Amino acid sequence: MDASMPHRLELIGITKQFPGVLANDNISFSVRPGEIHALLGENGAGKSTLVKMIYGIMQPDAGEIRWNGERVTIANPKAARALGIGMVFQHFSLFEALTVLENIALGMDAKIPARELEGRIREVMTRYGLLLDPHRTVATLSVGERQRIEIVRALLLDPKLLIMDEPTSVLTPQEVEQLFDVLRKLAAQGCSILYISHKLHEIKALCDTATILRGGKLVDTCDPRQETSRSMAEKMIGGGLKDLVKARDRVFGEPRLHVNGLSMPAPDHFGTALKNVCFTVRAGEIFGIAGVAGNGQNELLLAMDGELPTDPSAIKLGDLPAGAMSPSARRRHGLSSVPEERNGHGAVGVFSLSDNSVLTARERPGMVNMGFINFGAAKTYTRKVIADFSVKALGAGSTAGSLSGGNLQKYIMGREILQRPSVLVVSQPTWGVDAGAAAAIHQAILDLAEAGSAIVVISQDLDELLSLSDTLAVINGGQLSPKMQVGDASIEEIGLLMGGVHGNTEAPDAIPA
Amino acid sequence: MDLTLAIIVTVVGASTPILIAALGELVVERSGVLNLGVEGMMLIGAIAGFVVQFHTGNPYLALLCGAAAGMASSLIFGFLTLSLSANQTATGLALTIFGTGFSALAGSSYSARPVSLMEPLFPAELAAHPVWKVLFSYSFPVYFSFIMVVVIWYFLHKTRAGLILRAVGENDQSAHSIGYSVIGVRYMAVMFGGAMAGLAGACFPLLLTPQWAERMTAGRGWIAVALVVFASWKPFRLLAGAYLFGLVMTMELYAKAGGGVLSIIPSELWAALPYIATIVVLVLISLRRDASTNAPACLGKPFLPSN
Repeated sequence: MDASMPHRLELIGITKQFPGVLANDNISFSVRPGEIHALLGENGAGKSTLVKMIYGIMQPDAGEIRWNGERVTIANPKAARALGIGMVFQHFSLFEALTVLENIALGMDAKIPARELEGRIREVMTRYGLLLDPHRTVATLSVGERQRIEIVRALLLDPKLLIMDEPTSVLTPQEVEQLFDVLRKLAAQGCSILYISHKLHEIKALCDTATILRGGKLVDTCDPRQETSRSMAEKMIGGGLKDLVKARDRVFGEPRLHVNGLSMPAPDHFGTALKNVCFTVRAGEIFGIAGVAGNGQNELLLAMDGELPTDPSAIKLGDLPAGAMSPSARRRHGLSSVPEERNGHGAVGVFSLSDNSVLTARERPGMVNMGFINFGAAKTYTRKVIADFSVKALGAGSTAGSLSGGNLQKYIMGREILQRPSVLVVSQPTWGVDAGAAAAIHQAILDLAEAGSAIVVISQDLDELLSLSDTLAVINGGQLSPKMQVGDASIEEIGLLMGGVHGNTEAPDAIPA
Repeated sequence: MDLTLAIIVTVVGASTPILIAALGELVVERSGVLNLGVEGMMLIGAIAGFVVQFHTGNPYLALLCGAAAGMASSLIFGFLTLSLSANQTATGLALTIFGTGFSALAGSSYSARPVSLMEPLFPAELAAHPVWKVLFSYSFPVYFSFIMVVVIWYFLHKTRAGLILRAVGENDQSAHSIGYSVIGVRYMAVMFGGAMAGLAGACFPLLLTPQWAERMTAGRGWIAVALVVFASWKPFRLLAGAYLFGLVMTMELYAKAGGGVLSIIPSELWAALPYIATIVVLVLISLRRDASTNAPACLGKPFLPSN
């Protein structure tokens, strides 16, 4: 990395205005050849807007982009790719029913005969240890394998700058290590990498430089290896980070939720069968379930909240067999649940918050009288949720769909928690939620446990589970590992359990030693 | 022997329009669009084909005009569902109602006026022997339908354009983000489907009954739509399915004519059989979980680009 070489990419005073928001305000930074540069910030800090301009999806209102020292205008993604800019998106633009090869062919600008393309794909795959069968249908691949397709697609164009948008949010720790190996290899060959993330320890482990954005402004450009995770987090959220208040050595009460030998066939073609799942959660205990998406988490949640009935004795609330109960019957007996999908499953987007409260909270806080809705009570309850959980909403009458993801999640969590459930089941409590809202949701879960509820948290975010839960198990291919104390669990072991069937089995030689 | 051969020839005649229309609908559905207006487009193609045949006596021109009329009517559907994002199911039903009414109106002065049937493609000497008759006694649309099965299969699975069409039907947002024109691809598919339906409709006065009769397609368009699902969106299965339905329909004719064993079952029941079979098949398919996974994932959903 010679300092006299021109910068691979240089942004000077980039500004982008959206109606009502200044998404990027006079942003300037540069990336050297072979540098791994982190772009750090909360949701809404302007990271996506910035990279969209670098990749030609949007145009800046002011400022200039320099590529290898020369001023350029990147009119569209095709122009970006022609310059040598590749991008791996957070949400893969893949076609499930098509094969790996067909997917890659669709994303190529040049028409290359299928056989020649396959040869080049195999060459890139072996060079970077990204092993995949080009003739597999995408629907049969794990998320990590799908990401490899996107990376191979970008690498086929021999990029000089690779933009990675939150690439690790869905990977196991081992898959993350594999990915980092690939990225380091690329960087060593002179390819620059712009790495977008909000996971600080990853940035410390991987990146040479970090540019931190907050509210559309550049806050700092620093060397992440010189910073602590905490100092970077504070720059990111612009204030002191609140610590989670978690009492040490808590004593748990009597068992509240028993899941005993729960087996269930897959509900549909893409689902996962549950195999003899057993666990018990006691009053005051937070039980975390880790795992890569699609390993039976959804099915387990649906079985617990009553959307998929099971054998009556497979699920017990206290001593009460609840496996065959309907979701509302379970709610009456004190079980609340928050599904992963906020809009459409957790809440009805076109309904007001007040109406959404009636949907799940009608029984316990008494919003329904002889079949008639007591709208006053529903409004009062909703206002309490909005106030207690600092939901940013115009009022109980605003529609659920008008709230941002984080605010809707705070509302849904609040709606369930204020019912004082004896058992709460939550899936992905902070998925796509900014750090401030996430901290508030975590604290609310801890407080509920403190008050004596038994809580199950299903999450793909291992850091979240390690900081939140008391006990932990890993789900893989519909099987749940034995329960372990969080204090005793090693990340390595958890990672291996998570990877059990998916991902690594086909490319064992790609696992770093 | 002769009866068997005669039955085969009749089955081919009955199956051909269904196969052609269903092939068109298969391509439409693979692009993610559900056009339930096949029956209406067939009727519009039928009246257009009839009128041209009546005035010019040129069956090829009649087929071409039938196809053009079908394509024109599909553009109404395309404009409403693709450019204006209207509901595809409702628009397709409306197209069928429109086609039924329009063809009846346009054909009102042509009732009970005969036209000549289309001549076989090959010289009569070639089809003299009963066995050769099975192969060479048909007119152009029959051979066309077989060729199109292969052409469409090859197009969908071996060409880049076919891959793009499948991609659009599978994940319109991704196809859009890569840079393909979702609406453009779907317009092409809808127009192709319309042309095939119109051509299939024109086969009725040219191949089957040489006159105009209101609703002369008699629900074959609906069978074509059901066949696409029955064949799980695969051209060769579609061929098999179309002939299965053609066979059942032919049985009805023989039952009506008092054809021995067949008349044990009343002809009304034979007539109902294809439709009953369609329902049974659709129920069976919805029970078989894996079959539905072959359905284009975006089928029937309007495309609204997210950014």
